[in-house]
Amino acid sequence: MANQQSSSGNPSVDTEYRRKKNAEEMRYQIVSFTLMIFLTIVSFVAVGYEGFSGWFTVPFIILLAVIQVIFQLYYFMHMSHKGHEAPSLFLYSGVLVGAVTILAFSTIIWW
Amino acid sequence: MQAEERFTYETWPAEPEKATLEAKNKFLGFWFFLGGETVLFATLFATYLALKDKVPSADHALAKDLFEIPLAFAATMLLLTSSLTSVYAMYHMKNFQFKKMQLWLGLTVALGAAFLGLEIYEFNHYVHQFGHTFTSSAFGSAFYTLVGFHGGHVAFGLLWITTLMIRNSKRGLNLYNAPKFYVASLYWHFIDVVWVFIFTVVYLMGMVG
Repeated sequence: MANQQSSSGNPSVDTEYRRKKNAEEMRYQIVSFTLMIFLTIVSFVAVGYEGFSGWFTVPFIILLAVIQVIFQLYYFMHMSHKGHEAPSLFLYSGVLVGAVTILAFSTIIWW
Repeated sequence: MQAEERFTYETWPAEPEKATLEAKNKFLGFWFFLGGETVLFATLFATYLALKDKVPSADHALAKDLFEIPLAFAATMLLLTSSLTSVYAMYHMKNFQFKKMQLWLGLTVALGAAFLGLEIYEFNHYVHQFGHTFTSSAFGSAFYTLVGFHGGHVAFGLLWITTLMIRNSKRGLNLYNAPKFYVASLYWHFIDVVWVFIFTVVYLMGMVG
Protein backbone atom coordinates (compact mmCIF):
# COMPACT_ATOMS: atom_id res chain seq x y z
CA MET A 1 0.00 0.00 0.00
CA ALA A 2 1.46 3.33 -1.07
CA ASN A 3 0.37 5.03 2.11
CA GLN A 4 2.00 2.43 4.32
CA GLN A 5 5.42 3.42 2.97
CA SER A 6 7.67 3.32 5.97
CA SER A 7 11.26 3.38 4.79
CA SER A 8 13.30 6.17 3.32
CA GLY A 9 14.87 5.45 -0.03
CA ASN A 10 11.48 5.01 -1.59
CA PRO A 11 10.07 8.41 -2.36
CA SER A 12 7.09 7.09 -4.32
CA VAL A 13 4.70 7.78 -1.43
CA ASP A 14 1.74 9.93 -2.39
CA THR A 15 2.21 12.87 -0.03
CA GLU A 16 -0.71 14.80 -1.46
CA TYR A 17 -3.05 11.90 -0.72
CA ARG A 18 -1.72 11.54 2.80
CA ARG A 19 -2.04 15.23 3.54
CA LYS A 20 -5.64 15.12 2.39
CA LYS A 21 -6.34 12.02 4.44
CA ASN A 22 -4.89 13.56 7.59
CA ALA A 23 -6.81 16.79 7.02
CA GLU A 24 -10.01 14.81 6.52
CA GLU A 25 -9.42 12.94 9.76
CA MET A 26 -8.80 16.21 11.57
CA ARG A 27 -12.21 17.42 10.37
CA TYR A 28 -13.84 14.37 11.99
CA GLN A 29 -11.94 15.17 15.19
CA ILE A 30 -13.35 18.72 15.19
CA VAL A 31 -16.86 17.37 14.65
CA SER A 32 -16.49 14.91 17.52
CA PHE A 33 -15.06 17.64 19.75
CA THR A 34 -18.05 19.87 18.96
CA LEU A 35 -20.41 17.03 19.82
CA MET A 36 -18.55 16.36 23.07
CA ILE A 37 -18.83 20.02 24.11
CA PHE A 38 -22.50 19.95 23.16
CA LEU A 39 -23.16 16.82 25.27
CA THR A 40 -21.33 18.39 28.21
CA ILE A 41 -23.43 21.54 28.04
CA VAL A 42 -26.63 19.48 27.80
CA SER A 43 -25.61 17.55 30.96
CA PHE A 44 -24.89 20.72 32.92
CA VAL A 45 -28.13 22.35 31.75
CA ALA A 46 -30.13 19.22 32.66
CA VAL A 47 -28.74 19.40 36.19
CA GLY A 48 -29.13 23.18 36.48
CA TYR A 49 -32.75 23.06 35.31
CA GLU A 50 -35.07 22.61 38.29
CA GLY A 51 -37.95 20.99 36.37
CA PHE A 52 -36.44 17.51 36.04
CA SER A 53 -36.50 14.97 38.83
CA GLY A 54 -33.38 13.04 39.82
CA TRP A 55 -34.95 9.85 38.47
CA PHE A 56 -34.74 11.32 34.99
CA THR A 57 -31.58 13.43 35.27
CA VAL A 58 -29.18 10.81 36.67
CA PRO A 59 -29.66 8.09 34.00
CA PHE A 60 -29.78 10.81 31.34
CA ILE A 61 -26.43 12.40 32.24
CA ILE A 62 -24.79 8.98 32.62
CA LEU A 63 -25.98 8.09 29.13
CA LEU A 64 -24.51 11.36 27.79
CA ALA A 65 -21.21 10.63 29.56
CA VAL A 66 -21.03 7.16 27.99
CA ILE A 67 -21.70 8.60 24.52
CA GLN A 68 -19.05 11.25 25.06
CA VAL A 69 -16.49 8.68 26.19
CA ILE A 70 -17.19 6.58 23.08
CA PHE A 71 -16.33 9.64 20.96
CA GLN A 72 -13.19 10.18 22.99
CA LEU A 73 -12.07 6.54 22.63
CA TYR A 74 -12.97 5.95 18.99
CA TYR A 75 -11.97 9.31 17.52
CA PHE A 76 -9.48 11.04 19.83
CA MET A 77 -7.77 7.78 20.81
CA HIS A 78 -8.18 6.32 17.29
CA MET A 79 -9.87 3.09 18.33
CA SER A 80 -11.92 3.30 15.13
CA HIS A 81 -8.68 2.69 13.18
CA LYS A 82 -7.48 -0.73 12.08
CA GLY A 83 -5.12 -2.64 14.36
CA HIS A 84 -6.95 -1.92 17.61
CA GLU A 85 -8.17 -5.44 18.36
CA ALA A 86 -5.83 -5.99 21.33
CA PRO A 87 -6.46 -2.49 22.78
CA SER A 88 -10.22 -3.18 22.58
CA LEU A 89 -9.76 -6.47 24.38
CA PHE A 90 -7.70 -4.82 27.14
CA LEU A 91 -10.01 -1.85 27.53
CA TYR A 92 -13.27 -3.80 27.51
CA SER A 93 -11.89 -6.37 29.96
CA GLY A 94 -11.11 -3.43 32.25
CA VAL A 95 -14.58 -1.99 31.71
CA LEU A 96 -16.18 -5.36 32.51
CA VAL A 97 -14.28 -5.81 35.77
CA GLY A 98 -14.91 -2.16 36.65
CA ALA A 99 -18.63 -2.41 35.93
CA VAL A 100 -19.01 -5.50 38.14
CA THR A 101 -17.14 -3.72 40.94
CA ILE A 102 -19.33 -0.63 40.71
CA LEU A 103 -22.48 -2.74 40.54
CA ALA A 104 -21.42 -4.71 43.64
CA PHE A 105 -20.43 -1.63 45.64
CA SER A 106 -23.59 0.30 44.83
CA THR A 107 -26.06 -2.57 45.41
CA ILE A 108 -24.88 -5.04 48.03
CA ILE A 109 -23.10 -2.71 50.44
CA TRP A 110 -25.22 -2.34 53.54
CA TRP A 111 -24.34 0.91 55.25
CA MET B 1 14.66 1.08 9.06
CA GLN B 2 16.51 2.72 11.92
CA ALA B 3 14.74 4.46 14.75
CA GLU B 4 17.26 7.31 14.67
CA GLU B 5 17.12 7.71 10.89
CA ARG B 6 16.54 11.26 9.66
CA PHE B 7 13.27 11.75 7.86
CA THR B 8 11.67 14.27 5.54
CA TYR B 9 8.00 14.84 4.95
CA GLU B 10 8.22 12.55 1.90
CA THR B 11 9.84 9.64 3.75
CA TRP B 12 7.92 9.97 7.03
CA PRO B 13 5.71 6.87 7.47
CA ALA B 14 1.93 7.19 7.58
CA GLU B 15 1.71 5.59 11.03
CA PRO B 16 4.97 6.57 12.78
CA GLU B 17 3.51 5.48 16.12
CA LYS B 18 3.53 1.86 14.93
CA ALA B 19 6.37 1.84 12.39
CA THR B 20 9.04 0.06 14.46
CA LEU B 21 8.90 -3.03 16.65
CA GLU B 22 9.59 -0.93 19.72
CA ALA B 23 6.72 1.34 18.77
CA LYS B 24 4.36 -1.61 18.33
CA ASN B 25 5.36 -2.94 21.74
CA LYS B 26 4.84 0.47 23.35
CA PHE B 27 1.45 0.80 21.74
CA LEU B 28 0.29 -2.62 22.93
CA GLY B 29 1.81 -2.30 26.39
CA PHE B 30 0.32 1.11 26.91
CA TRP B 31 -3.19 -0.04 26.06
CA PHE B 32 -2.74 -2.92 28.49
CA PHE B 33 -1.83 -0.33 31.13
CA LEU B 34 -4.94 1.70 30.25
CA GLY B 35 -7.07 -1.42 30.77
CA GLY B 36 -5.59 -1.68 34.27
CA GLU B 37 -6.14 2.03 34.88
CA THR B 38 -9.80 1.54 33.97
CA VAL B 39 -10.12 -1.02 36.77
CA LEU B 40 -8.21 1.21 39.19
CA PHE B 41 -10.52 4.18 38.62
CA ALA B 42 -13.60 1.95 38.59
CA THR B 43 -12.78 0.71 42.09
CA LEU B 44 -12.35 4.31 43.25
CA PHE B 45 -15.70 5.24 41.68
CA ALA B 46 -17.30 2.22 43.35
CA THR B 47 -15.91 3.29 46.72
CA TYR B 48 -17.09 6.84 46.19
CA LEU B 49 -20.61 5.73 45.25
CA ALA B 50 -20.79 3.50 48.31
CA LEU B 51 -19.55 6.22 50.67
CA LYS B 52 -21.14 9.30 49.10
CA ASP B 53 -22.69 11.58 51.75
CA LYS B 54 -21.77 9.14 54.54
CA VAL B 55 -20.87 11.59 57.28
CA PRO B 56 -20.74 11.10 61.06
CA SER B 57 -23.08 13.96 62.00
CA ALA B 58 -25.50 16.42 60.45
CA ASP B 59 -23.11 19.40 60.62
CA HIS B 60 -20.88 17.93 57.90
CA ALA B 61 -21.25 19.27 54.38
CA LEU B 62 -22.83 16.91 51.82
CA ALA B 63 -22.22 16.73 48.08
CA LYS B 64 -25.10 19.09 47.31
CA ASP B 65 -23.70 21.71 49.71
CA LEU B 66 -20.19 21.53 48.26
CA PHE B 67 -20.40 21.42 44.49
CA GLU B 68 -21.22 24.36 42.26
CA ILE B 69 -21.93 24.38 38.54
CA PRO B 70 -19.56 27.20 37.42
CA LEU B 71 -16.40 25.67 38.87
CA ALA B 72 -17.10 22.14 37.64
CA PHE B 73 -18.08 23.51 34.22
CA ALA B 74 -14.90 25.60 33.88
CA ALA B 75 -12.69 22.65 34.86
CA THR B 76 -14.50 20.41 32.37
CA MET B 77 -14.10 22.88 29.51
CA LEU B 78 -10.37 23.30 30.25
CA LEU B 79 -9.68 19.57 30.23
CA LEU B 80 -11.90 18.84 27.25
CA THR B 81 -10.20 21.56 25.21
CA SER B 82 -6.77 20.24 26.22
CA SER B 83 -7.83 16.90 24.78
CA LEU B 84 -8.51 18.61 21.44
CA THR B 85 -5.18 20.45 21.46
CA SER B 86 -3.35 17.16 21.94
CA VAL B 87 -5.28 15.75 18.96
CA TYR B 88 -3.93 18.72 16.97
CA ALA B 89 -0.43 17.92 18.21
CA MET B 90 -0.72 14.35 16.91
CA TYR B 91 -2.11 15.65 13.61
CA HIS B 92 1.06 17.70 13.15
CA MET B 93 3.17 14.75 14.28
CA LYS B 94 1.69 12.65 11.47
CA ASN B 95 2.43 15.47 9.03
CA PHE B 96 6.03 15.67 10.26
CA GLN B 97 5.69 19.24 11.54
CA PHE B 98 7.71 19.19 14.71
CA LYS B 99 7.43 22.87 15.66
CA LYS B 100 3.66 22.91 15.31
CA MET B 101 3.42 19.71 17.33
CA GLN B 102 5.47 21.28 20.11
CA LEU B 103 3.27 24.38 20.02
CA TRP B 104 0.06 22.38 20.43
CA LEU B 105 1.61 20.21 23.13
CA GLY B 106 2.57 23.42 24.92
CA LEU B 107 -1.06 24.57 24.72
CA THR B 108 -2.16 21.20 26.09
CA VAL B 109 0.21 21.57 29.04
CA ALA B 110 -1.00 25.13 29.69
CA LEU B 111 -4.65 24.06 29.73
CA GLY B 112 -3.83 21.07 31.92
CA ALA B 113 -1.96 23.29 34.36
CA ALA B 114 -4.94 25.68 34.50
CA PHE B 115 -7.17 22.71 35.28
CA LEU B 116 -4.85 21.60 38.05
CA GLY B 117 -4.73 25.13 39.49
CA LEU B 118 -8.53 25.21 39.57
CA GLU B 119 -8.60 21.86 41.36
CA ILE B 120 -6.13 23.05 43.99
CA TYR B 121 -8.25 26.14 44.55
CA GLU B 122 -11.33 23.92 44.82
CA PHE B 123 -9.84 21.54 47.41
CA ASN B 124 -8.55 24.50 49.41
CA HIS B 125 -12.02 26.04 49.31
CA TYR B 126 -13.69 22.84 50.58
CA VAL B 127 -11.19 22.44 53.40
CA HIS B 128 -11.39 26.03 54.64
CA GLN B 129 -14.99 26.95 53.93
CA PHE B 130 -16.69 23.66 54.71
CA GLY B 131 -14.24 21.75 56.93
CA HIS B 132 -14.50 18.99 54.32
CA THR B 133 -11.16 17.19 54.64
CA PHE B 134 -9.67 13.78 53.89
CA THR B 135 -10.21 12.68 57.49
CA SER B 136 -13.45 14.50 58.34
CA SER B 137 -15.74 11.74 57.03
CA ALA B 138 -15.89 8.60 54.90
CA PHE B 139 -17.40 10.81 52.22
CA GLY B 140 -14.35 13.11 52.43
CA SER B 141 -11.91 10.20 52.15
CA ALA B 142 -13.68 8.71 49.14
CA PHE B 143 -14.02 12.09 47.43
CA TYR B 144 -10.40 13.19 47.83
CA THR B 145 -9.09 9.74 46.89
CA LEU B 146 -11.05 9.62 43.64
CA VAL B 147 -10.69 13.24 42.51
CA GLY B 148 -7.18 13.53 43.95
CA PHE B 149 -6.01 10.42 42.12
CA HIS B 150 -7.27 11.95 38.91
CA GLY B 151 -5.53 15.23 39.75
CA GLY B 152 -2.35 13.25 40.43
CA HIS B 153 -2.67 11.69 36.99
CA VAL B 154 -3.02 15.16 35.49
CA ALA B 155 0.10 16.34 37.33
CA PHE B 156 2.02 13.29 36.16
CA GLY B 157 0.84 13.82 32.58
CA LEU B 158 1.98 17.45 32.67
CA LEU B 159 5.45 16.41 33.84
CA TRP B 160 5.58 13.63 31.26
CA ILE B 161 4.62 15.80 28.27
CA THR B 162 6.87 18.67 29.41
CA THR B 163 9.80 16.27 29.80
CA LEU B 164 9.23 14.84 26.31
CA MET B 165 9.05 18.33 24.82
CA ILE B 166 12.27 19.50 26.47
CA ARG B 167 14.12 16.23 25.94
CA ASN B 168 13.38 16.21 22.21
CA SER B 169 13.37 19.95 21.55
CA LYS B 170 16.57 19.88 19.48
CA ARG B 171 16.18 16.40 18.10
CA GLY B 172 13.18 16.88 15.87
CA LEU B 173 10.84 14.04 15.00
CA ASN B 174 12.08 10.53 14.33
CA LEU B 175 10.79 7.02 14.81
CA TYR B 176 12.42 6.89 18.24
CA ASN B 177 10.39 9.70 19.78
CA ALA B 178 7.20 9.75 17.67
CA PRO B 179 5.75 6.72 19.53
CA LYS B 180 6.61 8.40 22.83
CA PHE B 181 4.61 11.48 21.90
CA TYR B 182 1.76 9.31 20.66
CA VAL B 183 1.57 7.27 23.87
CA ALA B 184 1.67 10.44 25.99
CA SER B 185 -1.28 11.82 24.01
CA LEU B 186 -3.18 8.55 24.57
CA TYR B 187 -2.58 8.97 28.29
CA TRP B 188 -3.83 12.53 28.15
CA HIS B 189 -7.05 11.47 26.41
CA PHE B 190 -7.54 8.76 29.00
CA ILE B 191 -7.32 11.37 31.77
CA ASP B 192 -10.11 13.19 29.98
CA VAL B 193 -12.17 9.98 29.72
CA VAL B 194 -11.91 9.59 33.50
CA TRP B 195 -12.84 13.24 34.03
CA VAL B 196 -16.02 12.83 31.94
CA PHE B 197 -17.18 10.28 34.52
CA ILE B 198 -15.96 12.38 37.44
CA PHE B 199 -17.86 15.48 36.39
CA THR B 200 -20.95 13.37 35.72
CA VAL B 201 -20.90 11.00 38.71
CA VAL B 202 -19.29 13.21 41.36
CA TYR B 203 -20.25 16.79 40.50
CA LEU B 204 -23.46 16.61 38.50
CA MET B 205 -24.98 13.67 40.40
CA GLY B 206 -23.82 15.33 43.61
CA MET B 207 -25.75 18.47 42.76
CA VAL B 208 -28.84 16.46 41.84
CA GLY B 209 -28.76 15.05 45.37
